Amino acid sequence: MAHISAGVATSHVPLLGRAVDTRDTQSEYFKPIFDGYEFSKKWVAEEKPDVVFLVYNDHATAFSLDLIPTFAIGTGEKFKPADEGFGPRPVPDVMGSPDLAWHIAQSVIQQDFDLTIVNEMDVDHGLTVPLSMLFGQVEAWPCQVIPFAVNVVQFPPPSGQRCYNIGKAIRRAVESFDADINVQIWGTGGMSHQLQGPRAGLINQAWDNQFMDDLITRPETAARIDHVEYLRETGSEGIEMVMWLVMRGALSEQVNVRHRHYHVPCSNTAIGHLILENSA
Amino acid sequence: MALNKPYADIPGTFVFDADMSRKGYWLNQFCMSLMNADNREHFKADETTYLDNWTMTSEQKQAVLARDYNGMLALGGNIYFLAKIFSSEGKSFVYAAARMTGLSEDAYKAMMDAGGRTPDGNRYTTGSNLDKEHR
Repeated sequence: MAHISAGVATSHVPLLGRAVDTRDTQSEYFKPIFDGYEFSKKWVAEEKPDVVFLVYNDHATAFSLDLIPTFAIGTGEKFKPADEGFGPRPVPDVMGSPDLAWHIAQSVIQQDFDLTIVNEMDVDHGLTVPLSMLFGQVEAWPCQVIPFAVNVVQFPPPSGQRCYNIGKAIRRAVESFDADINVQIWGTGGMSHQLQGPRAGLINQAWDNQFMDDLITRPETAARIDHVEYLRETGSEGIEMVMWLVMRGALSEQVNVRHRHYHVPCSNTAIGHLILENSA
Repeated sequence: MALNKPYADIPGTFVFDADMSRKGYWLNQFCMSLMNADNREHFKADETTYLDNWTMTSEQKQAVLARDYNGMLALGGNIYFLAKIFSSEGKSFVYAAARMTGLSEDAYKAMMDAGGRTPDGNRYTTGSNLDKEHR
């Protein structure tokens, strides 16, 4: 049977994609950020996941205000990098995993989580930046990817508790898929940041680090954080951190921390990154 | 019945809730149109005419023309949609955020390099003395 071996959390700041695309990762500004991913690149090369289930949000790219799915699973064969206003990123197409994605869609919906099923969509920096952070500049991504888009643009996003619970349902779905494949789940976005209004630039290092502590050892506590606390304490865009809870929900109660990295700033944002493995 | 808005007392922050989304619908959909390269060219060539093809309010159009991002946010714009405007001009999120905070881009970058804007004093429009002092 398929299994989820590990979870990765990482910010997905668009500027990081630009740094990779322009080979600027070793400059004074970016080096401390990318140094924190050196372990991760080696780790993922050794782990060789067959499929990454990648939890991210679309930033008004594939989904405008025409249609705003709370949870959307990409079941297509292939997803193209989106033109976000300045041309698409020069990165490979993202190859989907339709068999597993459709299985997860069916299983998770039958566990009472109503997913939107997406066959065609372009994927923006929310999805491609995490791939670049872990895999670097490549001709082709080394694994299949199931995009899982969570609405965090239109208020209200799903609650942290809902995200945590859906992670559990995703794990059950993966573990009932009849193929011996290694699946990782990545939760992306965050950490504290506010991109808009006179309060833009808000960063809350103490809160971010407490959140990582709780996510690791007390995920039920982290899951109970309400929307207003994210908005008030971590900035309006810090609410992306609910997506880390989807990842955490799909792991065991006890996890081993393989790697942890935190850096301020990247553009307007606090960078956070975790690698968690299920305890044997 | 009005929507419950427990976030209304967060200073300097626009929460893109149902009311804002309804108010800003066409402003945001106009922004989405800039995802298309041809549309970007048409907009650059004649902004006023391009905007007149959208059923936006005159305040919304004026805010776009003036690149008044706080104004656009107050009129229902969402930052990820408004980003299509400054992205199509080759401008960054840091540029836009600096404009919204009233700082020069250099001063804003210096604030971020020094650890960002502290949450202390920036949590509530009313409340603790600490918050009032810093407001």
